[in-house]
Amino acid sequence: MSLAQHVYTIYLGCAIPYRVSSYEVSARKVLSKLGVELVEMPDFNCCGLPLEPLSHDLMLILSARNLALAEQVGLSILTLCPGCSGTLKKTNRLLKEDKRVREEVNKYLSGAGLEFKGSIEVKHISQVLLEDIGLDKIREAVVRPLRGLKVAEHSGCHLSRPKKYIGFEDPENPKALRALIEVTKAKCVKYAGETECCGSTIAAIDEKISLSLVREKLLHVKEVGVDALITICPACHIMYEANQIRVERMFGEKYEIPVLHYTQLLGLAMGMQPEDLGFNELRVKPTKILERIGEA
Amino acid sequence: MEDNKPDSFKIDPKFRYEVIKVPGGENLLRCFQCGTCTSDCPIAKFDDKYRPRKIIRMAQLGLREKVLNSDFLWLCASCFTCTDRCPQGVEVASVIRALKNMAAMEGQIPEVFKVLLGNLIKSGYIYEIPESRIKKREALGLPPLPKANIDGLIKTLQNIGIRRLLEGNLQKTPEVKV
Repeated sequence: MSLAQHVYTIYLGCAIPYRVSSYEVSARKVLSKLGVELVEMPDFNCCGLPLEPLSHDLMLILSARNLALAEQVGLSILTLCPGCSGTLKKTNRLLKEDKRVREEVNKYLSGAGLEFKGSIEVKHISQVLLEDIGLDKIREAVVRPLRGLKVAEHSGCHLSRPKKYIGFEDPENPKALRALIEVTKAKCVKYAGETECCGSTIAAIDEKISLSLVREKLLHVKEVGVDALITICPACHIMYEANQIRVERMFGEKYEIPVLHYTQLLGLAMGMQPEDLGFNELRVKPTKILERIGEA
Repeated sequence: MEDNKPDSFKIDPKFRYEVIKVPGGENLLRCFQCGTCTSDCPIAKFDDKYRPRKIIRMAQLGLREKVLNSDFLWLCASCFTCTDRCPQGVEVASVIRALKNMAAMEGQIPEVFKVLLGNLIKSGYIYEIPESRIKKREALGLPPLPKANIDGLIKTLQNIGIRRLLEGNLQKTPEVKV
């Protein structure tokens, strides 16, 4: 039996194992220190979101399979990717509410000895931090307040949209990530187009359009002059961080905006070292932030 | 694909009734063309080929081929801004997804999706996770990646006709109905 108050099974999805280890490393460290125990899923597959354009049924079955596997573990799901949590939440709700669809999906799952029962919930890490841990407990864990740091937030679309299925955050005026940033004592400034999409979902369809979205975001962030842009989605992070130098070359511009996963920022505020939080993986070096930490 | 073949303007008056039967397409007929979707669309802002209001209108009017054979359909980023802001509750992104699903059933599938699907049935992930990344995980002290039970996954998906979807002729499996 675990002594941790909050136990979840962690659903990693595809993007994080593929190329965003810095998010996973920092998230696991931070969650562990805040008393969240993560149990590995012995088996999982893509959440279904990237394949829904081909077939809604395929998406339903893929996400239902993940839900059924987590039900076997006996724990609710925590995801780091809002795309995954959004999709799993949507399917969870559709199948819980619609007996006919549930029975149809279960016909597919039963072929491999699985069943969707509807016994668990799905939460994104930001929701776990806000609802289960709470800002007060996080504030207590902040031993290295990041006063003097100025950052901007990008919550990303799937953290809150479509509102009907996510029901956790206000898509027109997102507050969750801002509140989580402010608890570290860093200043979170507003900028134009804060809720605009990162374009990652069409990066493989039309690179030029998707990188144009990245460019506009980085220009808007640059206008307000911040030490970093903070994301809480692996796909948004890839677009703004890993692709930043490419976008600079494509448009002949310089942005030089470090992009941190929220869990990296929080980890710093909780007194952890940058090298333990995956900072080495970042391409745009957050020099100013590292200097600030060095001074502290 | 802006071609001028007369075929592209062929009207199929029953098309809209087909769309409303596809999951996600149910609310197509509610649209009164206010254009909120297009004016708030992050993609429409950067490319004039993509106009969600127009796609919806074309579907209502029955321009089947012009919609289903188009490239623009696949530019929707699924950000769901249109869905959340539509005053008529059309769930625009879902209608557009339903149209993509219909296009896929007819074998109109952008190459990238075939790659994702191919990876899925090999590993459970839509990406091929490189060996270097697995080693990096170890170096970073991360737990080993769970191995998807591929036999179980394939068994689950076989009746959906995943292979036929991969080959782009899912329409030969009319029994697929979830």
